Amino acid sequence: MISLEHVVKRYGDRVAVDDLSVEIGAGELAVLVGPSGCGKTTTLRMINRLVEPTSGTIRVDGRDTRERGVEELRRSIGYVIQQAGLFPHLTVAENVATVPRLLGWDRRRIRTRVDELLDLVGLPPGDYAERLPRALSGGERQRVGVARALGADPPVLLMDEPFSALDPVTRLRLQGELLRVQSLVRKTIVVVTHDIDEALRLGDRVILLQTGGRLAQVATPAELLARPASDFVAGFLGGDRTLRRLALVPLHSAELRSADGAAPAERVDAGGSLRDALEVVLRSPDGRAAVVDGDRVLGVVDAEVIRRAAVTR
Amino acid sequence: MAAAAVTGLVTGVLAARRPRLEAAALAVTGVILTIPSFALFGMLTILLGIGNPAVELGLALYALLPIVRNTRTGLGAVDPAVVEAARGMGMSPAQVLLRVELPLALPVIVGGLRQATVMVVAIATVGATVGANDLGQPLLEGIRANDRDAIFAGALLVGALGVSADALLAALERGLSRGRTA
Ligand SMILES: Nc1ncnc2c1ncn2[C@@H]1O[C@H](COP(=O)(O)OP(=O)(O)OP(=O)(O)O)[C@@H](O)[C@H]1O
Ligand SMILES: [Mg+2]
Repeated sequence: MISLEHVVKRYGDRVAVDDLSVEIGAGELAVLVGPSGCGKTTTLRMINRLVEPTSGTIRVDGRDTRERGVEELRRSIGYVIQQAGLFPHLTVAENVATVPRLLGWDRRRIRTRVDELLDLVGLPPGDYAERLPRALSGGERQRVGVARALGADPPVLLMDEPFSALDPVTRLRLQGELLRVQSLVRKTIVVVTHDIDEALRLGDRVILLQTGGRLAQVATPAELLARPASDFVAGFLGGDRTLRRLALVPLHSAELRSADGAAPAERVDAGGSLRDALEVVLRSPDGRAAVVDGDRVLGVVDAEVIRRAAVTR
Repeated sequence: MAAAAVTGLVTGVLAARRPRLEAAALAVTGVILTIPSFALFGMLTILLGIGNPAVELGLALYALLPIVRNTRTGLGAVDPAVVEAARGMGMSPAQVLLRVELPLALPVIVGGLRQATVMVVAIATVGATVGANDLGQPLLEGIRANDRDAIFAGALLVGALGVSADALLAALERGLSRGRTA
C-alpha cells in the first residue's frame, strides 16, 4: 500500500533520512519508532508530501506520489498530529467535516458522516458536535483529531506522536481505542512514536530507525524482542525484552507437558499469553498450572515450558 | 480608510509570508507615522493641490501602520500545528489563508483597524487646515469666528465620532475573540 524505495532526505549537509526502503501492506498498522531526531517525522511527512524527498521514490497504492496533485494526494491520506492541531475557531463537527467539505460533499452526507465518526471514536454527537475544541479534554481532542483524519474515509492514515501529550492512563486508553477502531476500519496506518512500549503494543510491525535516519530493523514486535538485529536495537528495547516478549507470545504456541495423572489445581486459559501463564505458575504452590480451554485440560505449563517458548521462535 | 484597510491587509499578509518584506513594510509605515500630520498634509498638498484628495491620501498612509502591523502579528500568532494540520489535510495555500489563518487572526486585525480608525478621526480634524471639507471644518470655523459654541459643538462631534467608532470596533473585536483563544 505504501512503499518507500531508497528514500533520502538531506537538509544541507545533514542527512535526516538515509536510503530508507520499506513496504507497508494494506490494512497494516506500522509503527515508526526511534530516538529523537532520527527522522521519524520527516519520513512520515514525505508520505503526504509535506516534505519532498531529496531522492528516492514513494508510492501510495502503487502510484508515485510525485505524479499526483499534492492536494488530491493529501485529501486521500488522513493526518493526525500531536495535540491534534484542531481548528480552534470551528466546532467539533466542523473540524471533522474539513476534508468532506474540501471534497464538496453535500450537507446531508457530511452530517451523517460526522455523526458516524464521532460515534466511532466514542464521542456522542449530541453532546460533542457543537462544542469548540477548547471545551474538550486532551484525550477528547485527540479523538476528534482521529475522527477528522478519517473524515472522507481515506485508505491511509498517518499519525505523528498522536498520544505523546496525554497522561499515561489516557494514553493507554486511547491506544486501546485506536486498536479497536482499526479492527473496524482496517486502514493502512503509520504511527510515529519515540516510545518503544507504544510501538510494541500498537504495531503489527515495527520500523525501528536509528540516529542519522538509517533503518535499524523492521519486524513484528515478537520478532524484534526475540531477535534484535544489532546492539543498537537490543539497547533500544531495554534489558527486559525477554520478559516483555512474554506478553506478546500466545500460550497456545508453547509446547505443553502432557496432563497425565492429576492435573494441577491452578488453571490458566489457553487464550492468554505466556505472561498470563507465568503469573499463574509463580503463584502456584507446585510451580505448575493446567492449561484449559473451557473445561478441557490441554496440558500443563511450568517455568521450563515458558522459558523454552519465550526464547525459541 | 477603506483603501488603507485593503492595502494594509494585503501588505500584512505578504509581510507575514516574507520576513524581509516585513521589515521593510514596518519601517516605511513606521516612518510615515512619525511625520507630523501637518507636515504630511503640507507635502501632499504640494503634490496634489489643496483639498480632499491630499487629506484622504494622508489619512490612508497613517492608517497603514497599525493595520499592517496587526495583520502580520495576528497571522504570526496562529499556532503552526493548526496550519500544518490544514496543509496536511489537503487545503490549498489560499484555503489555508482564507479558512484558517485569517479567521484566527481576525480579532487582532480588527484591533489594528480600530486603532487606525481612532487615529484617523483625530488626524482628520487637522485636514481642514489644508482645505479639506471634513471633520475639522466646524472646529476651524469656530476658532476663526471665535465662536465658542461652534468650537464646542465641533469638538463634541469629533469626540463622539471617535469614541463610538472605537466602541463599535472594540465590541466586534471581543465578539470575534470568542473561541479563538485556545
Ligand atoms: N526543516 C528542517 N531543516 C533542517 N533540518 C531539519 C528540518 N526538519 C528536520 N530537520 C532535522 O532532521 C532530523 C530529523 O528530524 P525529524 O523531525 O524527522 O526527527 P524525529 O525523529 O521526528 O524526532 P523527534 O522524536 O524529536 O520528533 C533532525 O536532525 C532535524 O534536526
Ligand atoms: Mg518528530
